[in-house]
Amino acid sequence: MTDATPVSGVTPRGTKPRKRLTPTNIMLYGTLFVASVYYLLPLYVMVVTSLKGMPEIRLGNVFSPPVEVTFEPWVKAWAQACTGINCDGLSRGFWNSVQILVPSVVISIAIASINGYALSLWKFKGSEVFFTILIFGAFIPYQVMIYPIVILLRESGEVLSAITGTKIRLMGSIWGLVIVHTIFGMPILTLLFRNYFASVPEELFKAARVDGAGFWQIYFQIMLPMALPIFVVAIILQVTGIWNDFLFGVIFTKPDTYPMTVQLNNIVNSVQGVKEYNVNMAATMLTGLVPLIIYFASGKLFVRGIAAGAVKG
Amino acid sequence: MAVTDGAPMMSSPTSSKRPNRLFKNLTAKIATIPMIFTALVVFIGCTVWTIYHSFTKSKLLPAPEKWVGLDQYERLWSTRRWLVSIENLAIYGFCSLVLSLVIGFTLAALLDRKIRGEGIFRTIFLYPFALSFIVTGLVWQWILNPQFGIQGVVQRWGWDSFTFDPLNNANIVIYGILIAGIWQGSGFIMVILLAGLRGIDEDIWKASRVEGIPAWKTYIFIIIPMMRPIFVTALVLIAAGIIKVYDLIVAQTSGGPGISSEVPAKYVIEKMFQSQNLGQGFAASTMMLLSVLVVLIPWAYLEFGGKRRD
Repeated sequence: MTDATPVSGVTPRGTKPRKRLTPTNIMLYGTLFVASVYYLLPLYVMVVTSLKGMPEIRLGNVFSPPVEVTFEPWVKAWAQACTGINCDGLSRGFWNSVQILVPSVVISIAIASINGYALSLWKFKGSEVFFTILIFGAFIPYQVMIYPIVILLRESGEVLSAITGTKIRLMGSIWGLVIVHTIFGMPILTLLFRNYFASVPEELFKAARVDGAGFWQIYFQIMLPMALPIFVVAIILQVTGIWNDFLFGVIFTKPDTYPMTVQLNNIVNSVQGVKEYNVNMAATMLTGLVPLIIYFASGKLFVRGIAAGAVKG
Repeated sequence: MAVTDGAPMMSSPTSSKRPNRLFKNLTAKIATIPMIFTALVVFIGCTVWTIYHSFTKSKLLPAPEKWVGLDQYERLWSTRRWLVSIENLAIYGFCSLVLSLVIGFTLAALLDRKIRGEGIFRTIFLYPFALSFIVTGLVWQWILNPQFGIQGVVQRWGWDSFTFDPLNNANIVIYGILIAGIWQGSGFIMVILLAGLRGIDEDIWKASRVEGIPAWKTYIFIIIPMMRPIFVTALVLIAAGIIKVYDLIVAQTSGGPGISSEVPAKYVIEKMFQSQNLGQGFAASTMMLLSVLVVLIPWAYLEFGGKRRD
């Protein structure tokens, strides 16, 4: 009887709101809308700026839409932008990043999935200890471990060269960076796979054991096909993570093998020459494009990937 | 195959047992060598190595024989640039902790109100998290550009005296970086807290509705206390991210103007790889580790101390 007044208080909460324009709803959608503007603004500014010519940028402001749309900044950013003496654009950084990305993703996921598999189904004395160290290691700032790793890579490169008789460089090459990505991706990925394999029914594993299947057979023939969804999550996690890396790229590679993020920063923040804001924004957009495409294409899986590692770790 | 280890034999440490134990699950042990190597050599070995060398007078090369005790730390704490870095980290850390949690929770709570277009809003709030700090820093550097950015726009509207130029003002530069950092990371916190909200029993809401408790009160007095573990997780994640902050600064301000937006992570990298003052780099990175432990140990105690793991 008294709760017939829908505006004040109780009704719009919780269950599906029927009335569209209650004050609560206006507040709700208003706040969400304002927040959306804050989050979308930089993307809008990037796109808009990258499509303008320099004279137009000097006359207008960052928010004004382009009067004359031009794709020249994109071409220039991709093929002509200069870092130091090299003027072949971001394309080089892009291909470097691809060359770093592919082996890093494959190797890190291969190793971490085997770790997770061994940790949940083939426990041995001390395996939990190593796992705990691994998880706590994820919280150690990279800066603490980075210099000894440089030494380790340099020394093991020399040892490998001496053994094989050919010149092998780990430090300053793409392979050194692949090893570093594998190491630092290991905690979160191992956790991801361990939690997944721990949920596999034990009977399945035991049945395979009774049939005489060994470690690798069970891994390749039973676990791998079962775990495909989690592999997709791991791939999403690693591709965005490695693509966005800057610190390792700057330390473990040389100028001609710099990944895209490092080259982007060098292009935009270089002090010499006139600042070409449109080219800079096109370059920024190009670098952000790969993770953005993955994000929009993967949808819920991306969320699952970041949450899986986060909530349980 | 699985030979049952004789129970009485277990207690007596016979030497004949040892090799058995070692070769049990041998394949698994071999397969996890990369993990064992990472855990022991990289995470423990390299950390100990750095801590040890922070007590030495290493310059261009590590010099384990030149032990100088706490000299590097004394010099570190009397370096203005380090003190500025620490101050910046404290301000940035505190603000981004509070803002990320407040914004993240507000957005999560709004999205949890069974609204239309939840998926679209979530996609919008989370996409910055897919972008790198370099991209984030460069975009916000451009938006905060004094001539063409926000300040320029407002001035062109006729408010000539309007000033909003955080990136060139040493006093507020860290807040300029904060705007970008929050933009990038708060969506992630929202997702985590939203997952937490979804885990709350629907009956709690029904009960509070029956009692006629307003929604905001339900949130503050019932829901948030119930979500304590997930808040702690979010807190730890934000804190771990804050200490690592490096690329954002490099891209957005390069530490400037002057040294006013320096952070510890940047100090370490530059001491190690540019000014060839390894000892300082090691001491500074050890301080970073220490600050992580200050956050991590109480958390680990809360998380694993009381109850045994499953």
